[in-house]
Amino acid sequence: MSEENKQGSIEDIYADAAHWHVNTGGETIHAKRMPGRFRNYKWYASILWLLYFIGPYFRWDGQQAIFFDIPHRQFHMFSLTVWPQDIWVLSLVLILLAMTLFGVTAVAGRVWCGYFCFQTVWTDWFTWLEDKIEGNPIQRRKLDAAPWDARKIRLKLFKHTLWMLIAIVTGITFAAYFTDAFDLWHRYLTLDAPLVAWVVLAAFIFGTYVFAGFMREQVCFWLCPYARIQSVMLDKDTELPTYDTKRGEPRGKVRGKESEKRGDCIDCHLCVGVCPTGVDIREGMQEGCISCGMCIDACDSIMDKVNRPRGLIRYASEKEMMGISLPPLFKRPRVIAYSTIFLLAVTGIIYGLSHIPPVELSVVHERQPLFIQMSNGDIHNKYTIKAVNKTLTDMHVKLSISDADGVEIVGGSQEVVLQAGRLLPFSVFLSAKPAALKEKKTKIRFILENIGTPAVKIEYKSVFMSPSGS
Amino acid sequence: MAKQDKPQHTPDTGHEWDGIRELTNPPPRWWMIAFHASWIWCVVYFILYPAIPLVHESTKGILGWTQIKEFKEAVAENAVLKAPLLEKVASMDGQELLTDAGMRNFSESSAKAIFGDNCAGCHGAGGEGAPGLFPSLADDDWLFGGDIDTIIESITDGREGNMPAHMDILSKDEVNQLTDTVIALSEGKATPAQFAQFNEIGCANCHGENAEGGAINDLGSGAANLADGIWRFGSSREDIMRTIRYGVNQDQEEVPETRVAIMPAFGGKLSPEAIKMLAVKVHEFGGGK
Repeated sequence: MSEENKQGSIEDIYADAAHWHVNTGGETIHAKRMPGRFRNYKWYASILWLLYFIGPYFRWDGQQAIFFDIPHRQFHMFSLTVWPQDIWVLSLVLILLAMTLFGVTAVAGRVWCGYFCFQTVWTDWFTWLEDKIEGNPIQRRKLDAAPWDARKIRLKLFKHTLWMLIAIVTGITFAAYFTDAFDLWHRYLTLDAPLVAWVVLAAFIFGTYVFAGFMREQVCFWLCPYARIQSVMLDKDTELPTYDTKRGEPRGKVRGKESEKRGDCIDCHLCVGVCPTGVDIREGMQEGCISCGMCIDACDSIMDKVNRPRGLIRYASEKEMMGISLPPLFKRPRVIAYSTIFLLAVTGIIYGLSHIPPVELSVVHERQPLFIQMSNGDIHNKYTIKAVNKTLTDMHVKLSISDADGVEIVGGSQEVVLQAGRLLPFSVFLSAKPAALKEKKTKIRFILENIGTPAVKIEYKSVFMSPSGS
Repeated sequence: MAKQDKPQHTPDTGHEWDGIRELTNPPPRWWMIAFHASWIWCVVYFILYPAIPLVHESTKGILGWTQIKEFKEAVAENAVLKAPLLEKVASMDGQELLTDAGMRNFSESSAKAIFGDNCAGCHGAGGEGAPGLFPSLADDDWLFGGDIDTIIESITDGREGNMPAHMDILSKDEVNQLTDTVIALSEGKATPAQFAQFNEIGCANCHGENAEGGAINDLGSGAANLADGIWRFGSSREDIMRTIRYGVNQDQEEVPETRVAIMPAFGGKLSPEAIKMLAVKVHEFGGGK
């Protein structure tokens, strides 16, 4: 490459850069709120988050229905209790969620960001309050610039108080999933909560208030990794809010000279004005776009007014815009791959949850010594039994062995009570006459049975060691 | 701050490589806030906590926090939790500790570390002992008695067995014959003549008429049961002959080859509660009586 060409291509980069619109949060984005189809969808989606707020208060069998008991390392979800040893199910749940995100993103872009993400949903609530209290974007900008008089102080104080209330309830709700919800409220209100509860609450109040109140779209631009990961999952088949360049350009005023030569875009900038991240969708797909469709609502309202067909900005893929029809979902490789992993994860979760045993048994053979000779010549082996009762009721169980010629439990089969939700370690001794043993290592099976209901029978394989076989 | 829509008009630092200029665009505001918060955090941390390494030690930090202090606080916290249980141990005797399942469990768990620190060096982590050197605690063969009170006594006062050396008393042939007898006894095949010899030499005085040991255990000789398959000092012919010839715990200047079998007293080192819990653990190794 010659010196000139090189110089030229760098100039191109700078020329390109001139179009970059880098939003570093220096200016607050005051987006206009407009009614519309996608605005309604956004409300419906954010209503789902109410489940988060009422979740801790559900009861099940006299217990909190959803309860992440960290000190006892048990997760309770309705009738299900997940112990640390079942945590592999959690990893499948994470895979499932990831695949849902990937699949949805491949088909419909960042709809998670636009409609469901707590960052954008909470921001939406905060700006809704702001709109109600301080007025529309023009009034808000005016108020921000105005000197601090009684009215401004009153409005700002009211807004920040409400924001703070949302932040506090968000924080308390989160903490309530980890302890008894009603007791926690009582403890917070009487200032008697443990330190960790205060720290969690403070972190959540701070996070909610700062992220939804001040950082807003900056979180999506600069903090959120999903925003970046999702961007690489888009392809030419993905449905995104797209400005129809062919129909819209050249943009310009509705009336006036040469107005009939212009495209449908009347350059009213409403699509930019309503955008919660402040992007101009007409410049094409960009990192700031969260696929929320607010610009579509805005543009459609204008098209209705100027008697032009709706859909100048619409959810469409790059291919559709070029007039190529989309392949059906089941013929798209990424959709197939994501769905396959998704189904595998679902299968694994269903298997895991339906096969979590009510009692867990583990047997550790004593290694030091492997065996011991008693004075009458018998060989003794010692075992540490660990039995976990994962149910909510005490269990009376019997431990026995099978499959063992000449080996028996000292003192016969052992009966113990397993307390609900507790681990019980205890030792047993197995004994054998050396003459009865064929090999140095005799395979045995421990069997733990519930004497009452429900019928539970758990087996554990182990060995009986002796100095020599006969 | 704000938007940089025309980067080519931004002032630069004067650094330029192949036409690429380093511009002076400021980072996002939130990033600068995080940056300042980070170094302020560091400074505060350096003041509060030990941080800067000096030649011999590091700066102390005004909070005076140390890892060992935190550890000691945790130990103290634990001691408060354990105090009522230890009081209970003090008020109960060994047998009561054994019968109360909860206290037995507590004693065994608590004694684990005590056993590791004081006993496992000789007797092994699982009480398995070392053949010929240190007796196993996991079997049911006890030189001095395997009931809980005797075990407490053994730990508190220590034990020192005693067996006279027979090198000057018995001829080589007699030692040989006696060795045969001892082997026959352990297999349960001793003849009346062999029993007679056992008695005549005086072995039965300590080991008992039936060679089952313990006849004068109250005196603390720790005479072993010779009629079972467990050997205190090894089961080979040479081992047995050595024990007969040179005895156990004899004056080492006179009999250098004598067997040494001394269990030290722990009464002064360990608290009575610790010893009780230790005894429970030893009893529960599997051979307790």
